[in-house]
Amino acid sequence: MAMNTEKNSYTVIFAAVMVVIVGSLLAFLASGLRPRIDENERFEKQQNILYAMGVNQNEDEGSVNFIPTDIVEEEFAKYIKKQYVVLGTETQEREEAYLIDMKKQLNIIKNGDEAELPLFIGEKDGKEYYIIPMYGKGLWDAIWGFISLDKDMLVQGVVFDHKGETPGLGANIKLRYFMDDFTGESVLDGSRISGISVVKGNNDPLNNNKEDNEVDALAGATITGNGVTAMIKETLKLYKPYLETIRSN
Amino acid sequence: MALLSKKDANLILDPLADNNPITIQVLGICSALAITAELKASVVMALSVLFVLGVGNVVISLLRNVIPSKIRIIVQLIVVATLVIVVDQVLKAFAYELSKTLAVFVGLIITNCIIMGRFEAFALGNGPWKSFLDGIGNALGYGVILIIVGFFRELLGSGTLFGIPVLGDPIRKTGLYATGYENNGFMIIPPAALIVVGIIIWVQRSRNKALIEEA
Repeated sequence: MAMNTEKNSYTVIFAAVMVVIVGSLLAFLASGLRPRIDENERFEKQQNILYAMGVNQNEDEGSVNFIPTDIVEEEFAKYIKKQYVVLGTETQEREEAYLIDMKKQLNIIKNGDEAELPLFIGEKDGKEYYIIPMYGKGLWDAIWGFISLDKDMLVQGVVFDHKGETPGLGANIKLRYFMDDFTGESVLDGSRISGISVVKGNNDPLNNNKEDNEVDALAGATITGNGVTAMIKETLKLYKPYLETIRSN
Repeated sequence: MALLSKKDANLILDPLADNNPITIQVLGICSALAITAELKASVVMALSVLFVLGVGNVVISLLRNVIPSKIRIIVQLIVVATLVIVVDQVLKAFAYELSKTLAVFVGLIITNCIIMGRFEAFALGNGPWKSFLDGIGNALGYGVILIIVGFFRELLGSGTLFGIPVLGDPIRKTGLYATGYENNGFMIIPPAALIVVGIIIWVQRSRNKALIEEA
């Protein structure tokens, strides 16, 4: 062999060259693909918002079917009438409010500053939907989603997603049989805006009782379920001043 | 096989049975336990490892004479991590749905001991073609076990396969559930995977006594 690969100088040079090559390869790739990835993420958000207000291609039973990405932008413009940021009881119209990152806003609130909370008003068949983004913690990592309410504070639909919940257990929060259970539940506890709890053993696996603010939990995913409960409660708490103004109208 | 010499063919066939990375070498157990609660995840994981191990083994094999031995583990780690990130980014741009399914596994692929194990034990000492076959063989051996375990865990734990109900509806009590059958909730938690893997090891060793280690 021509080179002595055991020398320290060789090791250092090899490491440096490797870092430069790998680093530039990844940087090149990441910046080259960025626009496409951003677009995919934007479509996904639009699909989720529409899904929560019941604009999707679901059949009676089976899997979750979003509006296809090639028409999602038109559909989004058609159904979503207004995009707001909510400041207490006030709202401010904001173009592309759906691109606001809920996680960042929650951090702002944690630091005691005033955040801009996005809210979307959708309209379908003459009925108004108030769609709110949510962000919380599951067992392993972040969970998020959207919840849509009507002005009587009845849930019209939810959509959840997660970063790293266990496949087959917590990851099932994004399946139809879990998400469908929320539809029709009220977020009111008495007359107070509260939330919906994911509970074990409520003896109502088919979720026929829509009055109890409860949906049946997923087997083997207690912590993810608790995360969903907490996420809904915390989010509604933030939007409560504004939601109260809708109710009184 | 005309395409491959007998020796080359053994590189692929050995890890499928008598030198299986999971049941014989006992590598890659962590991911086998973590993600086999459903069949779909097992298949995705098996394919990802197939790609990373196939390509990674070739890359390491090509570099084997220039890698300084003092930092070889780090170099191997960089190769795996780079491959995984490249795949992840490309999927995010061109197959977004698939990338979301895969996102959970990215970390698990990088830390999969089979990958580091094959780099260290095989690719560093053999040519690219042999290393490629070795990588494919070991990934298939790993995948086979993952799919067997995923099949039983999803079937017995959730009554579904690939998310499709095959035993009836457990809540409305149709199909097999009408007879009083219940899903075994134990099957969907990780310890069940350990037991299924254990049973596979038992079956395999009782069929081939040569595999039993001296106590």
